[in-house]
Amino acid sequence: MRDVAIVAFAQTDHRRRTDELSEVEMVMPVLHQVLDATGLRARDIGFTCSGSSDYLAGRAFSFTMALDGVGAHPPISESHVEMDGAWALYEAWVKIQTGEADTALVYSYGKSSPGEVRDVLTRQLDPYYVGPLWPDSVALAALQAQALIDAGDTDEAALAAIATRSRAAAADNPHAQIAGPVPAGEYVVQPLRTGDCPPIGDGAAAVILAAGDTARALCPRPAWIRGIDHRIEPHSLGVRRLTESPSTRLAAEHAGVFERPVDTAELHAPFTSQEVVLRKALGLDGSVTVNPSGGALAANPVMAAGLIRLGEAAARIHRGESDRALAHATSGPCLQQNLVAVLEGESAHA
Amino acid sequence: MPDVLSAPLVVEFPFTRSLGPVQSAFLTGLRERTVLGVRTGDGKVLVPPVEYDPVTAEELRELTEVATTGTVTAWAWNPAPRRDQPLATPFGWVLVKLDGADTALLHVLDAPGPEAVNTGMRVRIRWAPQRTGAITDIACFEPYDGEATAESTPHSGEFADPITGIVTPARLDYTYTPGRAQSAYLNALAEQRIVGERCLSCRKVYVPPRGACPTCGVATAEQVEVGPRGTVTTYCIVNIKAKNAMNDAIEVPYVYAHIALDGAGLALHGRIGGIPYDQVRMGLRVEPVWTEGGRHPDHYRPTGEPDAAYDAYKELL
Repeated sequence: MRDVAIVAFAQTDHRRRTDELSEVEMVMPVLHQVLDATGLRARDIGFTCSGSSDYLAGRAFSFTMALDGVGAHPPISESHVEMDGAWALYEAWVKIQTGEADTALVYSYGKSSPGEVRDVLTRQLDPYYVGPLWPDSVALAALQAQALIDAGDTDEAALAAIATRSRAAAADNPHAQIAGPVPAGEYVVQPLRTGDCPPIGDGAAAVILAAGDTARALCPRPAWIRGIDHRIEPHSLGVRRLTESPSTRLAAEHAGVFERPVDTAELHAPFTSQEVVLRKALGLDGSVTVNPSGGALAANPVMAAGLIRLGEAAARIHRGESDRALAHATSGPCLQQNLVAVLEGESAHA
Repeated sequence: MPDVLSAPLVVEFPFTRSLGPVQSAFLTGLRERTVLGVRTGDGKVLVPPVEYDPVTAEELRELTEVATTGTVTAWAWNPAPRRDQPLATPFGWVLVKLDGADTALLHVLDAPGPEAVNTGMRVRIRWAPQRTGAITDIACFEPYDGEATAESTPHSGEFADPITGIVTPARLDYTYTPGRAQSAYLNALAEQRIVGERCLSCRKVYVPPRGACPTCGVATAEQVEVGPRGTVTTYCIVNIKAKNAMNDAIEVPYVYAHIALDGAGLALHGRIGGIPYDQVRMGLRVEPVWTEGGRHPDHYRPTGEPDAAYDAYKELL
């Protein structure tokens, strides 16, 4: 296996609306930031991979137009996933492992403001048995939350405390969409209140990956990806045990999470109740700093929020605030698919 | 930003999907008020049934009928139903394990309020009066005061006139905003001006502008008015009328062309009029024809100038 690191990370300020920006206008600044941070130009990048969904803004082939922001001429080696950018990062990591590239630019973006994201996300569900009922994203998360309450894993007060802790942490995150004291609010779908749900908004993020000595040359303290894996569960909610996340657990085992303790975890838990499931699956105790960025409860640009978890974890390693961090991304209803990575700073262990 | 345009956009599509044998039996069964599950290799009954075992990927075909009564295994209360959801009044989302099944089905529960719902409560299917072979043939679940019956009975899955496909309409509503560069372009068009944007790195002028130079990957910040005259760089003759109300008034054959407006770094496309279709040629000089209230040129017509030399537009083909 080649040693591959995240050497740069940038994200937009996440906002409820960005009417004045097309996707490419929103993405371009973060592309420039990560290129500037490393001194690389687009033509120096070995592989480019992005993650997004045209359904969010209702704009067909928006990812091809977003590619204009890269400067893709002469033609570059490029790919796209209709998923969160965390999976674009995974593809880029695999590409570097094959030896076909030494560096990769990964970016993702989501503009949820033009549409109704709760309804849009129903279109990813089983179109035969589930889609025709239009169960929105909050409804499905609420089913999982109530299952956790029934199982004695949490209660509404504990969920509210997760929201409060996350938004308090976000006060130190200049990119956060909401931070500080946020009322628990009314039920959106009981038992989840507005405070338990992520903000709806627009944003983008980018990272640069590099292998071996290239990474060392581009970044004073690269965030080495010691392990990365992703696993998926059946699409039918009725065959899953919603209070557990075996896919997260398995991905974490394969990523080597349990070999040594982590000091930080950036979890992609858009709903408070999902943090409860993830903490259990990952065995996180009070010694681990969870979501110092505020997590997806502070900013949830759909399709970018998972990549941002990897970027936030890496940035803490870059800054020397973490030696070994876990980053997690999720996709699908009720944590259906999960990606886990372990990132380390160079001096973390011999 | 008052200059940023926005407009309602509806994306609507009737997805037509074919069904596999198990899905076909299940949805046809719903039409006949019969709920079928499928038995896995280890004897579990999956409802709703799937064609392949979610654990072993084994092909599943052994159908079995389960009860129309069941038990809630998870629930949530929706105080504000959304447009396409099954009930218009506040309702519960429920996972229901039907009697005789080992897995749960997602649907909705008609109940007076959240205090009337709990995990473990007994429910039964309320059938839709008109059933077509769809998951919505179950109108909803309703509270039911009766004991569980654990039996399931083998079923051939055969019905008269089976459903082999479904049409699932999907409508999503957006407020489309084209962003800064395209708003500026569209606002200028409304004044019958064509305004592109120049890349400050390679100097190319993009029309219409999309905000970024795809070659250099930088913002195209400088606005440049181009045209109105231009040169046909290449064209085609349209012989079959497109099924589109906008084209109904246009007689075929007509010419659709790439037109490099004077000052533009690439060609845009438009219809050529005011000249017989078989006299249009590369190098023909044209100008836009605007219609009253139109937000873009209706078509382009010859200017009467001498044709442009090939060398003048060969880089814009």
